[in-house]
Amino acid sequence: MKGSQFHRLVAVAAAGAAVMAMSACGSTSTGGAALRQPPTAGMKPQTSVAATGEGALNLIDWGGYVQTLWQKPFEDATGCKISYKDAGSSDEMVSLMASGGSWDMVSASGDADLRLIYNGSVKPMNTDLIPDWKNFQTKFQSPPFNTINGIHYGISLQWGPNTLLYNTDKFPTAPTSWGALYDPQYTGLITVPDNAIQIADAALYLSVKNPSLKITDPYELTQTQFDAVVNLLKTQKPLVKKYWPDIATEETLFKSGDVVLGAAWPIMTTDLHLAGAHTADTIPSEGATGWADTWMLATNAPHPNCAYKWAAWVSTAKVQAEQAINYGETPVNKGACAEMESLSPGSCANFHANAPESYFNSIKFWKTPIITCDDGTDTCMAYDKWQAAWTAIKG
Amino acid sequence: MWRWPWLRTVLLLALPLAWFVAIYFASLVLLLITSFWTIDTFTTEIVQSWNLDNFQTILTEPTYRTIIGRTVWMAVRVTLIDATIAFPFAYFMARVASRRTQTLLFAAVLLPLWASYLARLYAWILILNHSGVLNSSLQSIGLPAPNLGYTENAMLIVFSYIWLPFMIIPTYAAMERVPESLIEAARDLGARGWRTTLDVVLPLALPGVVAGSIFTFSLTLGDYITPILIGPGTSFIGNVVYSNLGIANNVPFAAALSVVPVVIMAVYLLAARRLGAFEAL
Repeated sequence: MKGSQFHRLVAVAAAGAAVMAMSACGSTSTGGAALRQPPTAGMKPQTSVAATGEGALNLIDWGGYVQTLWQKPFEDATGCKISYKDAGSSDEMVSLMASGGSWDMVSASGDADLRLIYNGSVKPMNTDLIPDWKNFQTKFQSPPFNTINGIHYGISLQWGPNTLLYNTDKFPTAPTSWGALYDPQYTGLITVPDNAIQIADAALYLSVKNPSLKITDPYELTQTQFDAVVNLLKTQKPLVKKYWPDIATEETLFKSGDVVLGAAWPIMTTDLHLAGAHTADTIPSEGATGWADTWMLATNAPHPNCAYKWAAWVSTAKVQAEQAINYGETPVNKGACAEMESLSPGSCANFHANAPESYFNSIKFWKTPIITCDDGTDTCMAYDKWQAAWTAIKG
Repeated sequence: MWRWPWLRTVLLLALPLAWFVAIYFASLVLLLITSFWTIDTFTTEIVQSWNLDNFQTILTEPTYRTIIGRTVWMAVRVTLIDATIAFPFAYFMARVASRRTQTLLFAAVLLPLWASYLARLYAWILILNHSGVLNSSLQSIGLPAPNLGYTENAMLIVFSYIWLPFMIIPTYAAMERVPESLIEAARDLGARGWRTTLDVVLPLALPGVVAGSIFTFSLTLGDYITPILIGPGTSFIGNVVYSNLGIANNVPFAAALSVVPVVIMAVYLLAARRLGAFEAL
């Protein structure tokens, strides 16, 4: 499961398309008002789910999102036989969905969502048909990465923060600021993801470090703010041992001692802990960025009833808890906390599944940067600019 | 059928030729055509309007020039290193070693090709990284650790290793074809071993080295996995193509950038032909 998960990051970047897409639309959007309607916005979602499904369900998922533990009971209960394909990256998800095929659903990440929505690959879903939807953390009922102008293009699934991972031999106490990643005393001992969305991490740090820049949203940067962030990342470049491309590489870097500090995901902390490496993670005082996944319904899904049954099934507290523990991520269903505790005591708090609203507000979830800023002006840097800047930063 | 020999030829060649034209050649032509298109930045769908925007970006953006320069420079160095290693090795194999040793060496050269490219890359990571075999063995004899993991030099080492067999084999083939009589003649005329190698063997084996360099140069030019896994994360041409296809979904730009190595190789092959490399293949 790790293998496919790893490209999630790369995946993120996939947002690119969407982004660029949005930049085009930016010029036509009216100040801060509704975003341009996706092509499938007019399609009315079904209002009921047939008692018997179509007998089959074709999924594109992150490796590990379909597991016997919750796949088998689902198939037994609904008669929907699942075939699934593990995607290697968000982009693979986008191209698989765009290439037609008989896919029903895709478990896309926040970076790919807008792209799938705007290229018409997915269509609106009816949240009334997902009984557990009302139990979701409010933040994940209509998040901006899968809900456009009040229309839901998918059902939120799980999420995780991007953490600061450190070697506990080198750091007896956890670093308290993301500033550690820009500190020359750790030259050659730092690793960060090889992904343009990483610019948001630097922006988040600068929003606190340099208040005069007035960065309020790390995904909405004006030219001045963007230049400051890119400059910071250019000064970081000589400190970076390696821009990590996948989970395995990142873990090897920490295990071998090549690096002692890096931007990472909770799954790595878990893996490294199991491998006996002396590492721990933290969310520094500035807060963190994060990713969130959504099950989305293909526009031409051949088995929509099975798809709705599946979306409802993976939203239940029990399956949410199983997946969270299996994968090392956080469920969106508030009821999953108790289930997690019964499966693995302490896991609910570990994964912040019971965190208050304020905690979620400290996490800036990945979304595709677009040209239209929050104030409605078209002065923000769109993803194509991010992509180009990232290539220039790495040299 | 015997009366129409051309029919036999047609039947024999039809299938491979159809394959060559339809699959191989057509895809290259498509690549070239696509590179003149652009994408709709909103839907990321390809817009078939002819323009030179992609090539202009590649030629004017300093980032891309740096990346192309870095890739070519790496390919040049890998080729030179491999040629330097391969020449004496092939010489030994072809002219000094006994029949039996020759077979053993041949097997040894080919052996790495039986193992997966990825497995060999990961093996190199284990050798070069901080707690790797190289650092620990040098430290155990009191030398400083070179810490080569995830550096430009690590890439140079690994590329040279990975493509070495492709240099040795054509060099060996050319070396074996150097007639013994010429070497004897050189000796009869009083040339010492060194002079014979320089004036007789080297010129005759050179087309083989150039043929091998076509492989080492082009393979390095196109590779993007070694930079991802072994290097510090800096981009090569292949990485930018990959990220434009896989991440930005900008197929036309990726196609335009792919034309760069094609052009470089075309120039290289023309030069190689002048040096007689194709007779050595």
